[in-house]
Amino acid sequence: MLAIVIPVSFAILGLAFLLTLVRLVRGPSLPDRLVALDTLNINAIALIVVYGIMLRSTVFFEIALLIAVMGFVATVAFTKYLQRGDIIELN
Amino acid sequence: MQTLIEAIVCALLLVGSAFTLIGAIGLVRLPDFYMRLHGPTKSTTLGVGGVVLASVVYFSAHNNFASLHEVLIPAFLFLTAPISAHMLTKAGIQQRVAVSSVTRGRPPVTGASAGGERAQDANPDDEPAREA
Repeated sequence: MLAIVIPVSFAILGLAFLLTLVRLVRGPSLPDRLVALDTLNINAIALIVVYGIMLRSTVFFEIALLIAVMGFVATVAFTKYLQRGDIIELN
Repeated sequence: MQTLIEAIVCALLLVGSAFTLIGAIGLVRLPDFYMRLHGPTKSTTLGVGGVVLASVVYFSAHNNFASLHEVLIPAFLFLTAPISAHMLTKAGIQQRVAVSSVTRGRPPVTGASAGGERAQDANPDDEPAREA
């Protein structure tokens, strides 16, 4: 049963990835593209977790957690740059 | 017993993937930046939660101990998704993205450009005329 469901799940997640890429290319404004990038991060986490189930290996947990943290920091930095024109304001 | 656990894992995987797909469809098809934020920030995060829960059930049954450390991923995502959504909305208000007429409410006028001619567009008095 799992041998059928895992490829189906991969297909659904890949379709979600492609739809998000459509928005990333088409998005009329910069914040739209930022939302698409954030969604790509979250989709990548889901894909890596499913890949870990397929390989029966627990090392992919750390990769997924790192991508989650880095994605959040990247989104915050991008939005900060869009709002203020600077990321770390020293003065 | 093994079949039951496999069925639970399969159901969680399918539900999580379906929620992720729904979020992506919302991101593509909704007409407005403020509407498009809802798909990724709610549905996709819940989808990742379902997929990770499937992983937790699978590895707990496989290794015979509760591998609860994977719950860190959805916990972190559920904490950070509203924060990033809030900051993205603020960036959208700052950039003055186009607002569809179907969207309820109007974004506030930010201080730096409040004196421009677009400030009159955001006046609540003429909103019924714009929506008609």
